[in-house]
Amino acid sequence: MKTFVDAFRFMADNPHLLLEKTGEHLELSGAALGIALVLALPLGLWLGHLHRGLFLAAGVSNVGRALPSLVLIAFGLTIFGVGFWNNTAALVVLAIPPILTNAYFAIDTCDRDVVDAARGMGMTGMQVLLRVELPLGLPFVLAGIRVASIFVIATATIAAVAGGGGLGQIIVNQASYGLSGVVAASLCVSVLAFAAAGILTLVRRTASPSHESLT
Amino acid sequence: MTVASGPVIPNFGSGSSCEVNNGWFCTDWVRQHWADTLQPALFQHIELAAIAIGIGFAIAFLLALVGFRFRLVDPPIGIISDFLYTIPSLALFQILVPFTGITLLTVEIALVSYTLLILYRNMIEGLHAVPVEVVDAARGSGFTRIQTFTRVELPLALPAILTGLRVATVSTISIATIAPFVIAKGLGQPIYAALSEDVFKTEIFVAGGMVIALALVADGLIVLLQRGLTPWVRA
Amino acid sequence: MPGQAAELVFDEATKRYPGREGAAVDHLSLTVPAGEICVLVGPSGGGKTTALRLVNRLIELTSGDIRIDGTSVKAQNLVQLRRGIGYVIQQVGLFPHMTIEANIGTVPRLYGRPRSWIKTRSAELLELVGLDPSYAKRYPAQLSGGERQRVGLARALAGNPPLMLMDEPFGAIDPIVRTRLQDEFLRLQREVRKTVVFVTHDIDEAIKIGDRLAVIRTGGRLAQYDTPRAILEKPADDFVAEFIGPDRALKALSLHTLAELELGPPADGPTCGLEMTVRDALALLLEKKATVLAVTDEKGAVIGSITREELLA
Repeated sequence: MKTFVDAFRFMADNPHLLLEKTGEHLELSGAALGIALVLALPLGLWLGHLHRGLFLAAGVSNVGRALPSLVLIAFGLTIFGVGFWNNTAALVVLAIPPILTNAYFAIDTCDRDVVDAARGMGMTGMQVLLRVELPLGLPFVLAGIRVASIFVIATATIAAVAGGGGLGQIIVNQASYGLSGVVAASLCVSVLAFAAAGILTLVRRTASPSHESLT
Repeated sequence: MTVASGPVIPNFGSGSSCEVNNGWFCTDWVRQHWADTLQPALFQHIELAAIAIGIGFAIAFLLALVGFRFRLVDPPIGIISDFLYTIPSLALFQILVPFTGITLLTVEIALVSYTLLILYRNMIEGLHAVPVEVVDAARGSGFTRIQTFTRVELPLALPAILTGLRVATVSTISIATIAPFVIAKGLGQPIYAALSEDVFKTEIFVAGGMVIALALVADGLIVLLQRGLTPWVRA
Repeated sequence: MPGQAAELVFDEATKRYPGREGAAVDHLSLTVPAGEICVLVGPSGGGKTTALRLVNRLIELTSGDIRIDGTSVKAQNLVQLRRGIGYVIQQVGLFPHMTIEANIGTVPRLYGRPRSWIKTRSAELLELVGLDPSYAKRYPAQLSGGERQRVGLARALAGNPPLMLMDEPFGAIDPIVRTRLQDEFLRLQREVRKTVVFVTHDIDEAIKIGDRLAVIRTGGRLAQYDTPRAILEKPADDFVAEFIGPDRALKALSLHTLAELELGPPADGPTCGLEMTVRDALALLLEKKATVLAVTDEKGAVIGSITREELLA
């Protein structure tokens, strides 16, 4: 219990260090999540809309789960060397499966009758996707992004062993910061993950289909 | 743990030229270190994961029994396990250290926590998904409450339970790679060591590949188990 | 295990749900003689299913009583009571994880019958409900809707219960298969002679199946309880008259066959069998624009004739 008290003391004593590391942590996580979204979201939505590529969507999530974060970080370092890309690439690979798979199934499992009705009223494929399928599947799409952000924030911590910045630098360096520093930084990372999960849960609540305005 | 930075100064002992030059994949090294490094790490990894999954499954099953029987406690159990799932694994390890020390227990508590959410959710959802008319028919045929559970509800929830087991097993094997941040066990250990020793590529690739292969093999085995136990699903 | 048929008595049976106005089943009293089919018929949501489920206590009585062969259902062990009553529902509710054989053997297994006995019994029952014995090892998902309902019926019969409860058993089946299942159910009933309580909202099905009809009005009150013929000829009130429809005179014709009528001497005309209903014979006359029908026996030999006037008399 004493260590915990010390951890809070560490926070009070080193607010600048923790804020700076949290900023770095968010930068790395945000960049990776952004790239993963750009790559995986349109692909998943479009494949789901066409009801094609089930093998890809399901396979990616199965293989994705089997890729340990430490292994990805280590592979990134071996392939790219220390820099911006080694950790970012590893985190992108980690974030893609949940985003892609959820986007695919969110659209693929939309009520066929509703989609049929939309087509019958003369909507184009893109209109069906954007005005009907996406609003209906949005909660599930956001759930995938939520999981991906939790993964990325957690794994960005491990990135410190491969030259990454962020709160992980404190966590893997007990020699310099002591156990209290390590625990303090761990608490910060947890708060960060909770905040991200909480924000996405809120977004999902407010964006439920019944609130969609008719455009 | 030191971060690999600056010019890499190869110092890989008296190994083959491949090792000295830190080549992409040195088969010699793998052959020489299978017995002293890789195989023990593999066995430790299996042990770490198996203990976590076994305990996690038992706890999740008990919780699911309670959550299924008394619906009121289902949401709180769900929220708590969802909460545990959100804590980054490395952070959870470190937060536990002040309580349980640098021990196997610390690692297992963390690993079990992660399996709980997945297993509990799948068990509860599988049980709730049993069609009402099937339960009605069972009760109407004169099954006791326990018979309805053991002969109808539980077997029908089996596919969902085993799917949860698949996901939990693969995740646990994956997360167990981080164990060396607390204790020197499992396939994460050679990776961790190789990262410190100026990023020795062969070791990273071999150990990393072994973790992924272990996860995929375990996944495949559970799929086979699923096929054997639930023949009606493909009927 | 139980056997034969039992007499079923509803005695002021009442079900009220707390906080809801009016009863779901309101002082229902009627007696179903052993070996007869009693059809509970009435508008949807009128309390028929509730009344049925009071019998095997899937729903508990609020007041009144239900007796099977004189024994109150309340006096019996819940599980024993249910094992002694066959139960068939619209959604069938076959156990998806068990083979057809295991499904049929559900109640015998609860009674601890040996495996070999169950195997033989399943085969017998499959044959009885008109399914090939090769179905024994299949799973429910491999069967059509009609086939599944036959298995549902076989499962309910497996314990040889003296009483069967059937809740819209043919309600989810397409019209052609439904007619066939109804015919086969009636043939089966002639063999097994169970006491049956059968719920439906389809008046035509009720008239065809029932030895007696209990017309239930909304609120679970009994409007009329009598034979189909008596109800069609003399509906007790406007509700019953409206429910059975303006064509009740026509419906009544389907209760009689040509065998019950006095035939004239053999004559030329479209041919029809003795077992044809009066309603179908009239339809045939209209279709062929004829005035007289030649009536044949089972072997197809003309044994008499019947005219339009005689049919309508």
